[in-house]
Amino acid sequence: MNPQFEHLYQALTKVDGYIYPNEIELSWSILIVLYPFITGLVAGAFILASLERVFNVKSLKPTYVIALLTAFAFMLVATMPLIFHLGQPLRFWEIMITPHLTSAMAIFGFVYLWYLMVVLLLEIWFDYRADMVVWSKEATGLKKWLYKIFSLGISDVSPESRRWDDKLGYIVTVIGIPSAFLLHGYVGFIFGSIKANPWWSTVMMPVIFLFSAMVSGIALVMLVFMIVNYIRKQKIDMLCLDTIAKYLFYIIIIDFTLESLDQIHRFYEAEESFEIISLLMSGKLFVTLLIFQVLIGMIIPVISLGTMQFYKPKEKIRQGIYLVTGILVLVGIFFMRWNVVIGGQLFSKSFYGFTSFKLALIGPEGFLMASIWLIIPFLILAFLLWLFPPWKKTQEEHVSVE
Amino acid sequence: MPIQLKRLLILGVVLVSIFLILKYLMTPESFGQYGHYRGKALDEVAAYPTKYVGSETCYDCHDSIVLAKSEGPHSGIGCESCHGPGFKHIEDPETEKLDKPNTRAFCAHCHAFNKARSEKAITQQNILEHNPEDNCTECHNPHQPQQ
Repeated sequence: MNPQFEHLYQALTKVDGYIYPNEIELSWSILIVLYPFITGLVAGAFILASLERVFNVKSLKPTYVIALLTAFAFMLVATMPLIFHLGQPLRFWEIMITPHLTSAMAIFGFVYLWYLMVVLLLEIWFDYRADMVVWSKEATGLKKWLYKIFSLGISDVSPESRRWDDKLGYIVTVIGIPSAFLLHGYVGFIFGSIKANPWWSTVMMPVIFLFSAMVSGIALVMLVFMIVNYIRKQKIDMLCLDTIAKYLFYIIIIDFTLESLDQIHRFYEAEESFEIISLLMSGKLFVTLLIFQVLIGMIIPVISLGTMQFYKPKEKIRQGIYLVTGILVLVGIFFMRWNVVIGGQLFSKSFYGFTSFKLALIGPEGFLMASIWLIIPFLILAFLLWLFPPWKKTQEEHVSVE
Repeated sequence: MPIQLKRLLILGVVLVSIFLILKYLMTPESFGQYGHYRGKALDEVAAYPTKYVGSETCYDCHDSIVLAKSEGPHSGIGCESCHGPGFKHIEDPETEKLDKPNTRAFCAHCHAFNKARSEKAITQQNILEHNPEDNCTECHNPHQPQQ
């Protein structure tokens, strides 16, 4: 038997009701789930860094550089799941050479480049420039040359030049906040603007994506901050950790409110697509939506972080709670992306049927491939922390810019 | 102007220049000739050997088959849908022969059971179970499948 038809019959066993032939197989799989997830981590981590810099939240200072480096490490791989999903990794850049203004993905390329090159890279550079000059004199071998190249041959470490670093870094951060909003709002827009899909098409999508990005980014930086301190066997700055947890708590509440508003609106409007969507939520997406996203990713963290706002147990217990909560939040936001991307393709545009999705273990769209793209940013981060250790920075305070 | 700004401006100009040079070098010559695509792509597509002639041309020689087909459920399907493009065959009927697909897999392109298709619109069979050892054309005449 022709394997093509065996495949077809196998595929048909996972179909319920009436669906169009091109809806049996999902076009977007786990790599497209990773794309908004990773981009969200970048935007969220950066926004946490800007809280310290622009809004002058002093207690967050120990996380400032870690947040920037985390954002940078994840930013470098943010487009990789997309490029590998397309299956033509050697010609992806053509979209940038002949961009079209109506192509959402081409414009994303420029938004991405702007954010990577002009915002993140510059802010990190201004923050580390003087240190790199100092380190280039102390270090030997490869490190010495890397510092020399990265400092662009500048050797000035005078207080005047440092003041300029601070001033310019501050300006970049101010530009960076709307850029971070633009970056992740744009990812939400790519889904929210697809009017044929009632599960995606909502003007709330960019805002929801943005706030969930902030939630995941802050949770990630909180975890990285704790892990770095564990590895370095340093005492964790609890004031800092409590402050991150407080902001995480606030942003989760805003995110939860926005997502609930969106759903309540959907329920009350009960448009023609409502029946299939309610079946989707109570059926195919029950575990990933109600258990993982809402219960594990939202309700438990809100309760645990909310309790920490007025009841403070011992430091070790608090650290444990923050560690577990951070992981739960990341799992919850991952499944939020999953429910958007996968959930939006599970029901037919005829509103009369479903297909199903089973994640493969291996292959170009499999679990292992996705794991690789989730592990690589952590390896990059470890390299960045080795090359640019925040704890060895000489510059203690940002000069306040009035 | 502080030195770091000067160096960054130089670096920025270099990077933007590299991008513009790459854009200039990499953009295909005929890009934008007619629209937002490579103009020469049209010529390349036109040069493909695949050319269709239409069922009316088939009727000139194979009139009995075309007439027989016109009375059955396959009347709405063009000859070249199954037999492939006929241009070369018209040019040289003796040596350029068209395909006569008779495999189960070929018929199954349309007739394999698919829940998403209406049973009223098209006859469907579970081809894994329906006489799996035989070719479809042993029992069905593809030009008059109703018989």
